[in-house]
Amino acid sequence: MSYLQLENLHRQFGSFQALKGIDISLGEGEFLSLLGPSGCGKTTALRLVAGFDRPSAGRILIEGKDLQGMPPNKRDMGMVFQAYSLFPNMTARQNVEFGLKIRGRDKSDRTKRVTDLLELVGLGHAGDRFPHQLSGGMQQRVALARALAIEPRVLLLDEPLSALDAKVRVQLREEIRRIQLELGITTLYVTHDQEEALAISDHVAVMYGGVIEQMGTPSEMYTAPKTPFVAEFIGTMNRLQAHIVDGAAGEVEHAGNRLRIDAARGRTNGERVLILIRPEALDLQAAGGATANGNTLTAEVLTQTFLGPVTRLKMTGGLIADMSTARASALPVGASVVAQVPADGIQLLTLGDDEGVPDIGEGT
Amino acid sequence: MKIHRPRMAPSAVVWLLLAGAYFFLPLYATLDFSLKKNAIGAPCCTLHNYGWVIHNGDFWHTIKISFILALETIVISLLLFVPTIYWVHLKVPKLRPVLAFMALVPFVVPPIVMVVGLLKTFKGTPHWFYAEPWGFLATAYVILAFPYTFFSLDAGFRAIDVHTLTEASQSLGAKWTTTLFKVILPNIRTAALGAAFLTLAVVMGEFTIANLAAFHTFPIFLQYVNESQGFPAGALTLLSFMITWGAMLSLLLVGRKRGARSAVIAGAR
Repeated sequence: MSYLQLENLHRQFGSFQALKGIDISLGEGEFLSLLGPSGCGKTTALRLVAGFDRPSAGRILIEGKDLQGMPPNKRDMGMVFQAYSLFPNMTARQNVEFGLKIRGRDKSDRTKRVTDLLELVGLGHAGDRFPHQLSGGMQQRVALARALAIEPRVLLLDEPLSALDAKVRVQLREEIRRIQLELGITTLYVTHDQEEALAISDHVAVMYGGVIEQMGTPSEMYTAPKTPFVAEFIGTMNRLQAHIVDGAAGEVEHAGNRLRIDAARGRTNGERVLILIRPEALDLQAAGGATANGNTLTAEVLTQTFLGPVTRLKMTGGLIADMSTARASALPVGASVVAQVPADGIQLLTLGDDEGVPDIGEGT
Repeated sequence: MKIHRPRMAPSAVVWLLLAGAYFFLPLYATLDFSLKKNAIGAPCCTLHNYGWVIHNGDFWHTIKISFILALETIVISLLLFVPTIYWVHLKVPKLRPVLAFMALVPFVVPPIVMVVGLLKTFKGTPHWFYAEPWGFLATAYVILAFPYTFFSLDAGFRAIDVHTLTEASQSLGAKWTTTLFKVILPNIRTAALGAAFLTLAVVMGEFTIANLAAFHTFPIFLQYVNESQGFPAGALTLLSFMITWGAMLSLLLVGRKRGARSAVIAGAR
């Protein structure tokens, strides 16, 4: 039986439908990230679970019990907010102790738990500091300890790392995951950062326009996106519009080039499809070089972006390829290249008659 | 390494001296006046006028009334407006401009118009309310001090993240009252103190309403002495000035003692 369940959850603000019926089922101790762009409804969903807002329709259940009508202070949900939310008039220790005091826990018990939690988040030495004496990362650690102090049934995190700099963000997200695994606490995490979601979650639910586009493990989301939006949003993806020219042989045509793709076998001739190729799956060579099987696209290098061990090349026709920095130096801007498209491991999505390629910018 | 502090520009010094003279010259003149004896050719200086004030029963009686009135006004104002402004910031921010507009009304309506209106409005209310300063006058002063209370508290609420602090407190299990008293109030303490100072100053100096409603408060006594006895009036003015400042300092110290940490935090924002 699932521990946390969201059933057909709707939320309407006037004429705007923020949530159009989402369903989530999460087992005890699991970590689910709600991932999506701004305005997709992820924070709305989290606030409904926390009890700060009421659904227009649908139910939220924990261990089968409906939370409808239960005020937020009775729900036992620990929450870490995007904005720094520590009480400025209290020290880190007092902040963590706040929820325990409300629950009437005795002093020795409180002292021990607060000390343990501050140690757990690596701030055993900073208990007597006030929030303004702590860095942003430290404040969010204390906020995490404060949320965990009450032994919540579900830990809710609303983009807790978005105000932090990149290095601290990576460090803290790993700590959040470590602590979550150590305590086995069921966690709902809201983020717009796909890298963050993929790195620390058991499950990821990609949301767009108030609905869940796809939910699965990070690996499933990356390797087998089920909608054009998910394909675009998770990682960087080459999205090439094509149509099936020979379903029996698995051949498609894109911009006048015939490509053989295993995933096209058995499809109906004339069907419009979207070919999804990860940048690292394209093999680039200088034009005129030998090609392995003719399954190629020709293009010209427009830009090179140095990303450390790899370099990203953007080419005409909207092609993007990642290759080792050493090899990329042989393909300068302006060079004509041949991109080898592998026949296997490429995904195809069926496009409707009037459906175009979703454009939400470069999904990095 | 030697730290070079920026030197104050000569023009800034001139302006500071001018501003200082503007505030302190009248005080000095009053002091000088209050040390003279009401007799031609009397030697300077004498504390006779201060003795007259201190031994005057009306002085102590009226200043007591005004202080109690000020405290009552402060308590009623804070009890009324802290939860109201908190609620408006949290739940109905659209109402904030309406409240701000209402807060400007006591500035716009002349006290003489206000007192006539209030006397008419409250006519027929019980004697303990209508004929006592603790009833009618305190009510009028809450209205009169509304702009000062509102804008001070409003600034305090705008300086903190009311939504996040409230939700954080609730998610930890706190009720509304716990959230208000343990989380919100300590973080707007400086603003509440500011509102209290201004209210105290308004009540200690309010003349029109008290005079027209025939209540014998300190400003009425001050006016009476000023009209009837010149030199003691100077002493009385200075003494009332010092007592009012002393009261403000006490409020500040009490507030600081309890809210030292929040004051530091507010300063660090």
